[in-house]
Amino acid sequence: MQPVSTIEGRAIPFGRKNVDTDVIIPAHWLKTISREGLGAGAFETIRAEAGNVFDDPKFTNAPILIAGDNFGCGSSREHAAWALLDLGIRAVIAPSFSDIFAGNAFKNGILAIELPQAEVDRLLEIAETDPIAVDLESQTVTTPFQDRFAFAIDPFRKHCLAEGLDETGLTMARGEAIQNYENRQSAEMPWLARALAHETEGIA
Amino acid sequence: MASRPRTLYEKIWDAHVVETRDDGTSLIYIDRHLVHEVTSPQAFEGLRLAGRTVRRPDLTLAVPDHNLPTTARLDAKGARLPIADPQSAAQLAALEANAPAFGIRYIDASAAEQGIVHVVGPEQGFSLPGATIVCGDSHTSAHGGVGALAFGIGTSEVEHVLATQTLQLKRSRTLEVRVEGLLGPGVTPKDLILHIIGVLGTAGGTGHVIEFTGQVFREMSVEGRLTVCNMSIEAGARAGLVAPDETTFAYLKGKPYAPRGEDWDRAVAWWRTLASDDGARFDKSVTIDASAIEPTVTWGTSPEDTAPIGGTVPDPGSFADPAKAEAARKSLAYMGLEPGQRLDEIAVENIFIGSCTNSRIEDLRAAAAVLDGRRKADGVKLAIVVPGSGLVKRQAEAEGLDQIFRAAGLEWREPGCSACLGMNPDKVPQGERCASTSNRNFVGRQGPGSRTHLLSPAMAAAAAVTGRLTDVRKLR
Repeated sequence: MQPVSTIEGRAIPFGRKNVDTDVIIPAHWLKTISREGLGAGAFETIRAEAGNVFDDPKFTNAPILIAGDNFGCGSSREHAAWALLDLGIRAVIAPSFSDIFAGNAFKNGILAIELPQAEVDRLLEIAETDPIAVDLESQTVTTPFQDRFAFAIDPFRKHCLAEGLDETGLTMARGEAIQNYENRQSAEMPWLARALAHETEGIA
Repeated sequence: MASRPRTLYEKIWDAHVVETRDDGTSLIYIDRHLVHEVTSPQAFEGLRLAGRTVRRPDLTLAVPDHNLPTTARLDAKGARLPIADPQSAAQLAALEANAPAFGIRYIDASAAEQGIVHVVGPEQGFSLPGATIVCGDSHTSAHGGVGALAFGIGTSEVEHVLATQTLQLKRSRTLEVRVEGLLGPGVTPKDLILHIIGVLGTAGGTGHVIEFTGQVFREMSVEGRLTVCNMSIEAGARAGLVAPDETTFAYLKGKPYAPRGEDWDRAVAWWRTLASDDGARFDKSVTIDASAIEPTVTWGTSPEDTAPIGGTVPDPGSFADPAKAEAARKSLAYMGLEPGQRLDEIAVENIFIGSCTNSRIEDLRAAAAVLDGRRKADGVKLAIVVPGSGLVKRQAEAEGLDQIFRAAGLEWREPGCSACLGMNPDKVPQGERCASTSNRNFVGRQGPGSRTHLLSPAMAAAAAVTGRLTDVRKLR
């Protein structure tokens, strides 16, 4: 994961509510075995509409997306985050996100920033004409018009994003604690510790 | 230990904490990991690139489902038929190669045990009460029907679980959905969950784990509970739970991977302690009156767009929230519906009975009961019944259900995700409608331009007979 610090540039004023991950990346794009190249399928059904915001030349390579409530609901497909990343999106701003999408975004170094609807509305307006900036360190979204909106972020996620840390590597360093848990579970709840054991023991 | 009353969710959570950091994030142990072909190739590739192995292959089970065509898989000589779509074939081949390479048990596409991952888990006794279960698929919430804490994860988390058998998680808030009263005749668990999603809204459960409580769940079969929990995610909740009870234990006893002998006795003793304590506090609670629920269908492009079959398509102008009104206008334009139109006059050209929500034996029995001695309407072009697994298929055939479906003019297929999601050859053509027992009516979900109406298996069967959305109670 690339470290995240400041993301500055044009923001796509999308604004739509309840955007599901089938809209972000339709299922037929999910047959890939790679994480790359999914930007071509991003928002496919919306991009089929004439005059859609994603194909507006003003927003070519815009690093920020502004969306409505409950962005990324539905399927757990991480392809949604990969598709955004492939489009060049490094931050999504919305009043709320689905839990799974927010996690997937974080794992890919995309900031999922929750702001109140009124602030999102203000940014949607500014994005039509001007760039905006997101700063992870100070946890703020700013505009050329002196707007300054603070956002909350989990301290651990902030640390991982700022340093570009590999969460799996961090957890593997806790191998001893995991082993202790497994030893305890084997003793106290042995049936949980041996899911596929019956057949290998020849009982079945 | 004298402790404060806890909910079912809190008890399962507490039993799986490896450690908790000062910032409140916990390392949670994962007891069961289900893997399918769509969300795993990049995870295995990540392991390979980092030189990592699978920590607990013995707690991991792989099965293909999303991409598989539901037509015959073997030729007359028993040889495997090739998969026409090269990308689907490559994705399936990747799982078939990755599973043994990392020591993971793999259920072959032609095995009787193959099926939709969320049908296979409970059916094999791999999914157990009180266990933590994950899969790279949002409908993993289904396994909450056996009292497991089960939720969907992204591919990076799949990789994390493969490597460490844990996830870094923050405790969720709890939402009690208390259902008072019982369901009327002809009203099924699917109608109940569609109604609940209509009440909660598609983001109503975000950040929460739902526990479904009330007499209706005590009297509901495990399969019905799986259907209800399956769609928790459509209300935004990553997981749904029904407390395990004698019905659950009877369902699991003797399943291939369920505990046996002394293990079984110890497991049941623990499972009996899991139900939420009297006085346990939920962060939020919603009460639903079951007796008022009618057979329910969706009219729009979000699972929250539900209405009783006796109702009409709503007028977007009637929504107080302007954003909701605008969304409803877009939905109706996409769906080709007019405000005020009667729902039971909407003609459908396609019928899909299947998916991880409704492809178990009880679902097929309910559909067959409606179709027995009847025939699909001429206006219905494609009507398919897709059992959730090879074992469901075998059972249905033993009961003669396949004969009923065939006699009614429906196609009897091989198990898989099928027309739920437009990844395999089963799709709904552009602009056509489908009465579908699946879980999502999103724009393009069943294929580009497809129009989905979600409903129960009995209601899908009724729609097949009349060629339009129909109150199944009026057919009887």
